[in-house]
Amino acid sequence: MSDEATATAPPVEEPLPHGLGASLPPAEARAKTEGTFPYAADLWAEGLLWAAVLRSPHPHARILSIDTTHAREMPGVRAVITHEDVPGAPLPGHRAADRPVFASDVVRHHGEAIAAVAADHPDTARMAAAAVLVEYEVLEPVTDPEQSFAAEPLHPDGNLIRHIPLRHGDQDAVGEIVVEGQYRIGRQDPAPIGAEAGLAVPRPDGGVELYIASTDPHGDRDLAAARYGLEPERVKVVVTGVPGATGDREDQSFQLPLGLLALRTGCPVKLTATREESFLGHAHRHPTLLRYRHHADAEGKLVKVEAQILLDAGAYADTSSEALAAAVSFACGPYVVPHAFIEGWAVRTNNPPSGHVRGEGALQVCAAYEAQMDKLAKKLGIDPAELRLRNAMATGDVLPTGQTVTCPAPVAELLGAVRDFPLPELPRDTPEADWLLPGGPEGAGEPGAVRRGVGYGIGMVHMLGAEGTDEVSTATVKVHDGVATVICAAVETGQGFTTLARQIVQDTLGIDEVQVAPVDTDQPPAGPGCRGRHTWVSGGAVERAAKMVRTQLLQPLAHKFGMSTELLQIADGKITSYDGVLSTTVTEAMDGKELWATAQCRPHPTEPLDADGQGDAFVGLAFCAIRAVVDVDIELGSVRVVELAVAQDVGRVLNPVQLAARIEAGVTQGVGAALTENLRTPRGLVRHPDFTGYALPTSLDAPDIRIVKLVEERDVVAPFGAKAASAVPVVASPAAVASAVRAATGRPVNRLPIRPQAAVVTNASAPAMVSTD
Amino acid sequence: MTTHATQAVTLPGSLNEAVAALAAMPAAVPVAGGTDLMASVNAGLLRPAALVGLGRISEIRGWQYQDGHALLGAGLTHARIGRPDFAALIPALAAAARAAGPPQIRNAGTLGGNIASAAATGDTLPVLAALEATLVIAGPGGARREVPVSHLLAGMEMLSPGELIGFVRVPLLHAPQTFLKATGRTGPGRALASVALVLDPARRGVRCAVGAVAPMPLRPLEAEQWVASLIDWDGERTLVPEALTAFGEYVAAACIPDAAPAPDGTQEQLPPAVLHLRRTVAALARRALGRALS
Repeated sequence: MSDEATATAPPVEEPLPHGLGASLPPAEARAKTEGTFPYAADLWAEGLLWAAVLRSPHPHARILSIDTTHAREMPGVRAVITHEDVPGAPLPGHRAADRPVFASDVVRHHGEAIAAVAADHPDTARMAAAAVLVEYEVLEPVTDPEQSFAAEPLHPDGNLIRHIPLRHGDQDAVGEIVVEGQYRIGRQDPAPIGAEAGLAVPRPDGGVELYIASTDPHGDRDLAAARYGLEPERVKVVVTGVPGATGDREDQSFQLPLGLLALRTGCPVKLTATREESFLGHAHRHPTLLRYRHHADAEGKLVKVEAQILLDAGAYADTSSEALAAAVSFACGPYVVPHAFIEGWAVRTNNPPSGHVRGEGALQVCAAYEAQMDKLAKKLGIDPAELRLRNAMATGDVLPTGQTVTCPAPVAELLGAVRDFPLPELPRDTPEADWLLPGGPEGAGEPGAVRRGVGYGIGMVHMLGAEGTDEVSTATVKVHDGVATVICAAVETGQGFTTLARQIVQDTLGIDEVQVAPVDTDQPPAGPGCRGRHTWVSGGAVERAAKMVRTQLLQPLAHKFGMSTELLQIADGKITSYDGVLSTTVTEAMDGKELWATAQCRPHPTEPLDADGQGDAFVGLAFCAIRAVVDVDIELGSVRVVELAVAQDVGRVLNPVQLAARIEAGVTQGVGAALTENLRTPRGLVRHPDFTGYALPTSLDAPDIRIVKLVEERDVVAPFGAKAASAVPVVASPAAVASAVRAATGRPVNRLPIRPQAAVVTNASAPAMVSTD
Repeated sequence: MTTHATQAVTLPGSLNEAVAALAAMPAAVPVAGGTDLMASVNAGLLRPAALVGLGRISEIRGWQYQDGHALLGAGLTHARIGRPDFAALIPALAAAARAAGPPQIRNAGTLGGNIASAAATGDTLPVLAALEATLVIAGPGGARREVPVSHLLAGMEMLSPGELIGFVRVPLLHAPQTFLKATGRTGPGRALASVALVLDPARRGVRCAVGAVAPMPLRPLEAEQWVASLIDWDGERTLVPEALTAFGEYVAAACIPDAAPAPDGTQEQLPPAVLHLRRTVAALARRALGRALS
């Protein structure tokens, strides 16, 4: 196995930054830059077989028969498995409980797994998979979520996954001013550059080890064990390098067949997904239809918000219930709304399954409520930023769910910061030929047709699981021979957890050399890597464990000198007392001992939303305000985001460089959702599952990102006072871009991604030009 | 990890050797930049039994002059075509080459490959159509035949097995040319629509081709003739804005016509996306002519 071959540390030339608040570089940065960091696709085992998965070409079909005879008889084929070869049952309560490993009687989405093959060569495996004869009776797909309510049930559980009717305040309240709108959000794909891959190795005890880029190793282990009909102890998930995760990894349609094939053949089995399979297999962001009616008084204070939110969950439930809770709870945004009636549904269709992609639920409603705020401002003749400031939420205000916001909520401060930041200059002094216009450097952009617009988006997300999820993480800290080791099953998904863990231990124990052990399920569970959980719960657990080690280290000294351990401090490998009388080195104090401590972190509990959508469902909230400046070629409808000014509520900056990188990555993902990223599925069929058809933002599409303010108002209940930083910029940036395009064109812009025809101005009375006159 | 095992790769040093290699291995596939072919191979869509690599044929990697024409080697890369010395010769082709994808693709992808792939969105194709370029095709035994590029793209004449595109003959017009491309984003992307426009003062002609809206570049011949008749070729060579706008709409209507009226005389409205495409073509054609005449 090559999983122990994690990165070698960069050569030490000058003192590296250490501790919380410093920009400690990630340990694996060098290896990742040089291309030597091992990902799951790089794994190898002696005598391994190659797997391939047969996927349905139809979005909805009845399976009449599956004939694997030809495939089995092909030379080099070692096993062909279908639904008949899955010994276990689904794990109740798991997010994949309604989803079979292989389709048995009905296919519910394009790309659903039907059979899997293990063979001695990847080509043989793929050819054998193609040789499995499946007789389908093609059925009419249900692809419009609005049709799903009346359609025949697509699943024994029915088509309605969840319905939340949120009622808050007086349902009969009305405002003097009413604005309405209907909005559609497209299907964003997490589009990881590293496609799904994994290796399964059978164990002598009849169990199996899965080497996969999992972001929830214990959850994946439990799911796999149930399906394999094994006790959880006999399945081990070893986490390999995760090639970036903005959604859940790995997809069960890869990992479950992998282990089954290894158990069946008794050989290691490897699978690497093609780009097409990757797009077909993993979950996407929920396409959403939203209808809104905002009521306000003549001063622009919100009176009531009515909304209907329909999430297209695709064929299986996945995390749609959580996404709907977020969408409904944050449907009014970070604004004070005394009366709200929000109705949300998540329904099944024959579209590809939707699931966890960061900011799910919150992103869709943000685009809609900010569009409504723009409409309201226009109708009232108030500046859009001013209207938002008049309604901004603050600590102590009440969410439409009835929950009081107890954490810092510096919404007005964030918005003020981005509004007051100087606008980017027009390129007056550079020759016209050098302007980067919409359409790009070799595009057709013409300065005379370009209009500039400024818009705002304020996003909010919850951190940690909601509605009573038991959020807990366990971490162990070991110190031996001057080196500290953190053992915690929190997966480094690119969010920077391993760097944070090193910083925490450096701060608490004064030891610079901190290693973070690779993750597997022999360690205690730390939960999934999403919603900024690990900074909070796993970071908190690491801190507690490190503090326990510190006490063990200092107790004998403190006892010897008759003072409390609090009066001793550790820095630069030395232990000194508060008065400077005592001074000894850590090595001396350790005296060759090995110190271990394990601790847990479990934040205060939450409760599920009740029948009226009321309840204290969230542990903490994070906010972000973005001001977008865009240029639009109003004849071609091409849009270039010139600049995004970001102000974010971060609680406390733990690693400035890493934080800036997370914010920049997040807003850029949001720019993709705003302008280009939409996995199209006409009649349920995934079209263009490749990076030519699915346009991720390139460096030319990414705007100048100005982080103008990081509000460090510590969240007292969070470890270190820090808030999760990755998701909320993704949520706010599409809304801000759409708002700016609205300002530039005067068009309503009620659909994301923004199609060129929605940004075209056909009448001549458009606002002022960008030209140099 | 490579999952494809190609049996034989031949790297001929001349065009005739390459043709001979193809004759010797009829199942072999020629590959130049490989930006389309290898993507298909890696996706498992193609398994060529053998490859004839064209990268070492130096005679097709440059260009030469021939009685008022440039004879462009089919192996010229987009990156080479995009450089200023080439842009001084055939500005529209250089502009199209610079717009044709990210640097990695432009460094590898060739002019001949763009023609042979004949993708609807091939960026150099409308320029070659507007220039009325001719292909010099190499066949067995040193044979050479010439085919207008539009004939090949329209499928009127095809490459026979064993033939290779050797050169592209393009007239040197010594007059402004433009290539404009609309894409869905600021970064490199496939054309939603593109317009190539060249002025030919010697023949008092304007030639225009619209790319990406049909399987092959479209020539709006009537619009070309109409606008050429408006231009004062011996004078300022300028047009009033209204004429530019009318030209754009003429081109767009020619390339994206209204649906034929139903028997009962009713006219079906084009879908919004098609109307947008038509507006895009009109704007591109108007801008292209305006820039050529400015």
